Amino acid sequence: MDQLDLARIQFASTSIYHFFFVPVTIGLAILVAILHTRWHRSGDPELRRLTRFFGTLMLISISVGAVTGLVQEFQFGMDWSAYSRFVGDVFGAPLAMEGLAAFFLESTFLGLWLFGWNVLPRGVHLFTAWMIPLGACLSALFIIAANSWMQNPRGYTINPDNGRAQLTDIGQVFSNPVFLWGYTHVLLVALIFGGAVLLSVSAWHVRRGNHAPLFRGTAKLGLFVLAVASVLQFPVGGRLGINETNYQPMKIAAAEANWTTCQPCSFSVIQIGGYNQDETPTKIIEIPHLLSILATGTWDGQVQGLSELNTQYNQQYGPGYYVPNVFVQYWSMRAMAYLAVLGFVMGIWGAILLWRRKFEKSRFFLWACTWLILTPFVMATAGWLLTESGRQPWIVQGLMLTSTGLSGSGSAAEVAISLGLVVVLYSTIGVIAAILMVRHARRGLLDEPASSPESTTTGPSVPSLTY
Amino acid sequence: MTLSIVWFVIVAFFWTGFFVLEGFDFGVGALHKLVGRTDVERRVAINTIGPVWDGNEVWLIVAGAAMFAAFPPWYATWFSALYLALWALLAALIIRGVSFEFRGKFDGTAWRSTWSWTLTIGSVLAPLLIGVGLGDLLVGLPIDADGNFTGTLLDILTPYGLWVGITVLALCLWHGATFLSIRSTGIVLKRSVSLKRSLSIPASLLVIGFGVWTYLVARPGVGGTIALAVPVLATLVAFALVRSEPGAGRAFAATAVAIGGTVAAVFANLYPAVLVSTTDDAYTLTVANSTASSYSLTVMTIVAAVLVPLVLAYQGWTYYVFRARVKGPATPPIAEQAPTG
Ligand code: HDD
Ligand code: HEM
Ligand code: HEM
Repeated sequence: MDQLDLARIQFASTSIYHFFFVPVTIGLAILVAILHTRWHRSGDPELRRLTRFFGTLMLISISVGAVTGLVQEFQFGMDWSAYSRFVGDVFGAPLAMEGLAAFFLESTFLGLWLFGWNVLPRGVHLFTAWMIPLGACLSALFIIAANSWMQNPRGYTINPDNGRAQLTDIGQVFSNPVFLWGYTHVLLVALIFGGAVLLSVSAWHVRRGNHAPLFRGTAKLGLFVLAVASVLQFPVGGRLGINETNYQPMKIAAAEANWTTCQPCSFSVIQIGGYNQDETPTKIIEIPHLLSILATGTWDGQVQGLSELNTQYNQQYGPGYYVPNVFVQYWSMRAMAYLAVLGFVMGIWGAILLWRRKFEKSRFFLWACTWLILTPFVMATAGWLLTESGRQPWIVQGLMLTSTGLSGSGSAAEVAISLGLVVVLYSTIGVIAAILMVRHARRGLLDEPASSPESTTTGPSVPSLTY
Repeated sequence: MTLSIVWFVIVAFFWTGFFVLEGFDFGVGALHKLVGRTDVERRVAINTIGPVWDGNEVWLIVAGAAMFAAFPPWYATWFSALYLALWALLAALIIRGVSFEFRGKFDGTAWRSTWSWTLTIGSVLAPLLIGVGLGDLLVGLPIDADGNFTGTLLDILTPYGLWVGITVLALCLWHGATFLSIRSTGIVLKRSVSLKRSLSIPASLLVIGFGVWTYLVARPGVGGTIALAVPVLATLVAFALVRSEPGAGRAFAATAVAIGGTVAAVFANLYPAVLVSTTDDAYTLTVANSTASSYSLTVMTIVAAVLVPLVLAYQGWTYYVFRARVKGPATPPIAEQAPTG
C-alpha cells in the first residue's frame, strides 16, 4: 500500500470514529438539557439524579469526541497538505469559525455546567446546560458547511496566479443546498443517537424494575425522539438524493448500481452482483419508479448511468476512471434506509404497547430496545461512506483529485507508523469508553444528593470534586 | 496586506493565549503526582483546573484553524513537516485528555495510578513538542520550492527548537506550580509553594538562555529585542515574587507574562517570515507570500471581531465563578469566598 492508500484509510477511520462520539454528544446534550429543564421546573430531586446520570454518559462521550476532534483538525495539514494549500482560503474559514463560535462555547460551558452544581445560581446553571448542545450543534454546522463545499464547491474562483481556490462569496458557502439539507440530516442523526441511548439504557432498567417510573419516562422520551427523527429522515434523505443528482450524479448512479441511463427508474431492494460494469446483476424485488422519485423527486425522472457519466467526465476532465466503489455505495445507501425503517417500527410498536399499558411487561420489546443502540452507529458509518467514498476519485468535486491532495512530503512508512498509533490508541480508548459507559449505565441512579461528597463535606462555594 | 499583518498578530495571540492558559494546565497535570501523594490530594490538584482545561485547549485548535484560514501554506507546510512529531503530540493530548474523564470513573488503585501517569506524561510531552515546533519556525527547516519538507525526523529536532521546547516545558511547570499555589489549600498548597520556588531557578536560566539564543538566531531590531526583553524581565520579577508569601497572585501574573512573552517573542522575531527555509531564502514562507485572499481575511476579521471578545468574556467569567480554592473532603468546610448571586 502506498502513502495515498494509507492516508485515506487513516482519514476515513479517524473521521468515522470521531463521528461515533459526535452525534452521541449532540443528541445526549440536547436530551440532558431537556431533563435539566424538567428538574429546574419541578425541583424534584429524582429528576436531578436522572439529569446527572445521563450527563455522565454525555461527558464520557464528549471527552473522546474532543480528543479525536483534535486529530481531525490537524490531519488536513499533516496528510493532505497539497489539498490544504489549494482550498485553505475557502475551507479554512468555516473551520476557524467553528473553533471560535462553537468549540469555545461548548467546552467552556461544559466546565461551568459540570462543576456548577451547588455553585451557580440555578437559573444560570440551566443556561449553561443549554449552551452545551448549542455549541455542539454549531460545530456540526460549520464542519458540514466545510464538507459540503467539497461536495459542491461554490462561492469561489481559481486564482490565476497560484491556481488555488479563493473565496469570493461566503454567503454561497452557507446557502449551499448540499449543506442545508446535509446539516438537517446530521441534526436528525444526532437526535436518533440521543433518543436511542436514552431508550436503550432506560429500557434495560425498566426490564429489571429499577426506578421503573423514572426510567419509563425517559424510555418514552427516547422512543418518541427516535421515532420522530427516523420518520423525518426519509424526506430529508430524499432531498440529499436529489442534491446528488444535481451536483454529484455519479454518487446516486453508484448507489443504485445503475450503469445505463434509465427513465423511469426502478429501485432494487437487494441486488447480487452488477457492481462492476461487466457483471450481470440479479435484482431481487424491484420497486418501479422509486429510484426516479428518490433521485429526481418526480414520478418518471431520468437518472444517468455510470457508463455514460464516465464517458462524459472523460471528455470534461481528461482521461481517467471516475466511478466510485459501487458495492460500497449500493449497500451503504440501503443500510441507512433500511435501519431507519427499524427505528420507525420500534416507535410504532412502543406506542401500541404504551397504549395497551403493556410497556413494562413486554420483556422482548425492552430487550430489543436495548440492543437497538447498535444500529445508529451502522447507519452513520454507512452514511459517511456514501458521502465520502461516493465523491471519489475527487477530494473536491470536479476541482481536485484525492491523489493530488496528498502531502508532498512524508512517506508510506511514516503514515503506516501513525496509522498503527491511531489504531492502538483509538481502540484502547474506545473500548475503555464503551466499558465505562455501559458500566455507568447499568449501575443506574447514584444515591444523591445526600451522599455526594461535595454537598456534605465542603462548603457550597467550592467546586465539586469531580475528577 | 495590512489585514495579513493583523492575522499574523491574531495567530500569534492565539498561540500566546494558549500557553498562558493551557500552560498552567500542563503544569498542574505534570505536577499533580508530586503535589498530591494520596488520591484525594491528587484529585484536589486536578480539580483546580477541572472546569477550565478543556476550554483552554480550544486555544490550540483555534490557533491551528486560524493559521489554516489566514495562511494556508503556512499551516500546510508546517504541519506536514512536523508529521511524526505532531502525531506524538496528538497522542500526548489524547491520553491526557481522556485521563481527566476516565480517572475518576472507577475506584481502583491501579486504575487511578494508570491515568495519573498518562496525565503526567501527556502534560510533559505536549508543551515540549509544541515548543520544538515553534522553535523550528524561526531557525528554519529544509523546505523546497513547492513548500514541501525535504528532511527527516532528525531535521525537526533542531538544537534551538529543543531549547525552546525545554524552556516552554519548564515555564509550564513553574506556571502550574504558581497556579496551584493560588488555587489550593493545605498540604497541596504547601508542596506547590516549595515547588514553585525550586522550579524558578531552572526556568529562569532557560528563559535567559532563550533570550540570548533567539537574539543570536534572529538578529532582531528594536522591536524584536523588546519582545525578547519582556519574558526575561517578567521571569526575573516572578523569580523574586515566588519567594514572598503574600505575592502569590502577582507571582502568577508574572509567570503568565513570562510564558506568554516567550511564545510571543518567537513570533515577533519571526516576522515578516512565518516559516524559514534553510534550503534557500527564496523558499521561506512569509506573511506576504502565504496570506489568504483579502476577501477571506475580511470575512474572518469580522467574525473574529465579534467572537473573540465574547469568548474572552465568558472564559473570564468561568475563572471568576471558580475562583474559590479547591479543598479536599478531609479539610473542614470553610468557605473561602461566598458564592455570588
Ligand atoms: C442515524 C443515521 C442516519 C439515518 C437514519 C439516515 N442517514 Fe443518511 N446519512 C447519515 C446518517 C443517517 C450521515 C452519517 O449523517 C450522513 C453522512 C453525510 C451527511 O450529511 O449525513 C448521511 C448521508 C446521506 C446521503 C449522502 C449525502 C451526500 O452525498 O452528501 C444520502 C443520499 C442519505 N444520507 C440518504 C438517507 C436516506 C434516504 C435515509 C432514509 C431514511 C437516511 N439517509 C437515513
Ligand atoms: C468537514 C468534514 C470532512 C471533511 C473535510 C472530509 C474530508 C475528507 C478527506 C480529505 C478525505 C481523504 C481523501 C479521500 O480519500 O477522499 C476523506 C475521505 C473520507 N472521509 Fe471525509 N471528511 C469530512 C468528514 C467526514 C466524516 C465526519 C466522516 C465519517 C464519519 C468522513 C468519512 C470519510 C471516509 C469514509 C473517507 C474515505 C473515502 C474513501 O477513501 O473511499 N468524512 N474525507
Ligand atoms: C461531519 C463531521 C463532523 C461533525 C458533525 C463534527 C461535530 C463535532 C462536534 C459536535 C464536536 C463536539 C462534540 C464532542 O466533543 O464530541 C466535535 C469535536 C471536534 N471536532 Fe468534529 N465534527 C465532524 C468532523 C470533524 C472534522 C473533519 C474536524 C476537523 C477539522 C473536526 C474537528 C473537531 C475538533 C477539533 C473537535 C474538538 C473540540 C473540543 O475540544 O471541544 N471534526 N466535532
